[in-house]
Amino acid sequence: MNTLRKTFQQISRYPSAVAGSIVIALLVIVAVFTMITIPYKEAIRLWRGGEEVWYQNPKYAAPSWVNLFNKKKLPVSFTIGDGDDAMTKTVEQRGEGTSRITTLYTFDYNYDGFPQELLLYFKTIYTEKQPFVSITWKTPDGRELRIADFGVDPTVTYRFSQDEKLKRRLGGGNAVEALFADPNSEELIPLKGTYQVVMLATAFEEGSDLNAEFVFHGQVFGLAGTDHQRRDLMVPLLWGVPIALAFGLVASLGTSVLTMIIAAIGAWYRGWVDELIQRVTEVNLVLPFLPILIMVGTFFSRSIWVILGVTILLSIFTGAIKGYRAIFLQVRESMYVEAARAYGASDIRIIFVYLIPRMIPLLIPGLVSSVPAFVFLEASLAVLGLGDPVLPTWGKIINDAQTNAALYQGYYYWILEPAVLLMITGLGFAMLGFALDRIFNPRLRGL
Amino acid sequence: MVTDTLTNVTPATAVKQDQVLLSIQNLRVWFELRRWGFGHAGYVRAVDGVSFDIHCGEAIAIVGESGCGKSSLMKTILAINIPTEGSLTFDGKKLSDMGRAGTRWYRSQVGYIQQDPYGALPPFMSIQRILEEPLIIGGVKNKDQRIARILKVMSEVKMHPPEDFLNKFPHMLSGGQQQRVVIARSMLLEPKLIVADEPVSMLDASVRVEILKLLRGLQEQHDLSFIYITHDLSTVRYFSRRIFVMYAGRLVEKARVDDLIRNPCHPYTLALLAASSDPDANNALRFREVPPGEPPSLVTPPPGCRFHPRCSQAIAGKCDKQDPPDFEVEPDHFVSCWLFE
Repeated sequence: MNTLRKTFQQISRYPSAVAGSIVIALLVIVAVFTMITIPYKEAIRLWRGGEEVWYQNPKYAAPSWVNLFNKKKLPVSFTIGDGDDAMTKTVEQRGEGTSRITTLYTFDYNYDGFPQELLLYFKTIYTEKQPFVSITWKTPDGRELRIADFGVDPTVTYRFSQDEKLKRRLGGGNAVEALFADPNSEELIPLKGTYQVVMLATAFEEGSDLNAEFVFHGQVFGLAGTDHQRRDLMVPLLWGVPIALAFGLVASLGTSVLTMIIAAIGAWYRGWVDELIQRVTEVNLVLPFLPILIMVGTFFSRSIWVILGVTILLSIFTGAIKGYRAIFLQVRESMYVEAARAYGASDIRIIFVYLIPRMIPLLIPGLVSSVPAFVFLEASLAVLGLGDPVLPTWGKIINDAQTNAALYQGYYYWILEPAVLLMITGLGFAMLGFALDRIFNPRLRGL
Repeated sequence: MVTDTLTNVTPATAVKQDQVLLSIQNLRVWFELRRWGFGHAGYVRAVDGVSFDIHCGEAIAIVGESGCGKSSLMKTILAINIPTEGSLTFDGKKLSDMGRAGTRWYRSQVGYIQQDPYGALPPFMSIQRILEEPLIIGGVKNKDQRIARILKVMSEVKMHPPEDFLNKFPHMLSGGQQQRVVIARSMLLEPKLIVADEPVSMLDASVRVEILKLLRGLQEQHDLSFIYITHDLSTVRYFSRRIFVMYAGRLVEKARVDDLIRNPCHPYTLALLAASSDPDANNALRFREVPPGEPPSLVTPPPGCRFHPRCSQAIAGKCDKQDPPDFEVEPDHFVSCWLFE
């Protein structure tokens, strides 16, 4: 305990170690926060749910904060639905079961770009006679454009840009752009101001009702943007934190501890046990690591736990085992081990109580420094298409971005966000690891 | 000055002289040499035909120069090395027949005091932990019992107050205190035999006497048998009754300390006594004869008497051909040398 307190005191003397510790602490906080606010099931639903989960999101939308760096402000996505202030719904009874439902959607538009798409998601209640709606578009300069008149099925989506009639009526171009375009301008620029969608519906039955959600697909969305499937990238970015930390820490801890135990066993028993461990290590050293993992991923299972297990297994028998063995051979000849044998300590007790504790100071810096390697490994496997098919991870985002040619199409955010997070994670652990190495290895201090 | 204090004390006399505690018969400890990791390349004959008995409560000393096999003999007695040949009988039971539980019991009966107290204590354990270890292994499950025993032994080795030391680490103690911890550790399981490997050679002269007095006191108080291994003859008299001189894996002379000092017989013993340091100003002017050459290789020891290449009185045709047996020159004084045939 004394050593621990001393270590913490020494860590505070290295600014890089403090920075690294802060980064790691933040990552842990984010990980815990994520797992509490977005439980695993919810995360999987948001990540793999399907179109009905993601319909409110635009495709390939950059994060909203790009507007901070752009002079040309891009439209932010939003949704107006039941209960929002921007929506007013009035129902007027006309007798004989007929009712007239007027719904107004009002929104301000102050952007320099055009939205991707406008949609209306209808939810209708009726038994035989469909309600009938007519939709009107009111621009800030007072024009009123007729959008469409149609009978509504129980659930139906009306997409403004897909309506051929509307397209023809507005001049044959992009209907959404035409709705926002400034008629007085030569160039195609949007008219800023308050727009209104007026939806007049007539229901022909007692108890019949009609509700619609107005969804505006802008060009930017949320804090992280969206991908090719309209998924909010926030989910995999946040969930990537606990997964990366868990994978990195478990792999690093498992590898270091098992390596140490096996090296100690070999060095203590010597003879054929040691020979076997050494020969296995030498064979494993020349075996290619990544191809074996790819083979396991392709033929056996892509579950993150299987990959984790194989990673640990392959990482145990590496050069580290030789380094640890060299020191254990020295410690095994020490006087206190001899004394322990003389008072009857068993082999297992000597290995775990006398040999291994001596090496803990060497273990800790190595353990911390090797975390990023495993975090990157998990990401690399995901980029290669061998990531866990279920979990939302950073590597998976990069993989999606790569298969959808994100960089070629200019969706930089898509690659940069996970890449920056990977880099920060690696940096945090590396900075702390280097400082710990100096604290535990006094010879490095002068460097 | 040290020598003076030591020689004035009469050696501790054993109480139960008749009962043999440890009997070693024709013990050989050979280590196999391997070439390229396999393939036989001869043996290191570290201990080659050693026999002696130790009685209950008796203290003996084994002297000899570095590399003569003292440590291998000691480790065999501690059941760390396995004898190649010969037998080791403790309290009437053969070590080779004891089995697992028996060996554990045997180890609890033999305490071990090491030469370098700092190296003998694990640096990452507190004193309490270090002293608890033998008790945990010895099967004392109750922590309070362990602590009580530790405190008792610590006050026996004169660490006062013992509570102050429990939470310290070995590097916080002085050399003498460290050695006291080592002694306390060897005493915890109430052994019948203590093996001390040069227990004072790493200590300051001032602490040396205290530690020797302490060991002597413990030996008398608990009626311990004692094997004291050293290359320093000046400390031997302090508490050994008999002395064994070891050379190249063999015991060349076995005698009571007084007899050996008064009447050293083996040429090697003479050389060893001549070389022992004696703080006398006249020594600076006196020339001492030292046998020429080096101790022999234990892989290929010379035939016949192992000392003959260095011996000025070697009988040609005899000493270099035949192994000398033990000759009894006076009661309880054995010499392995053809000169006393």
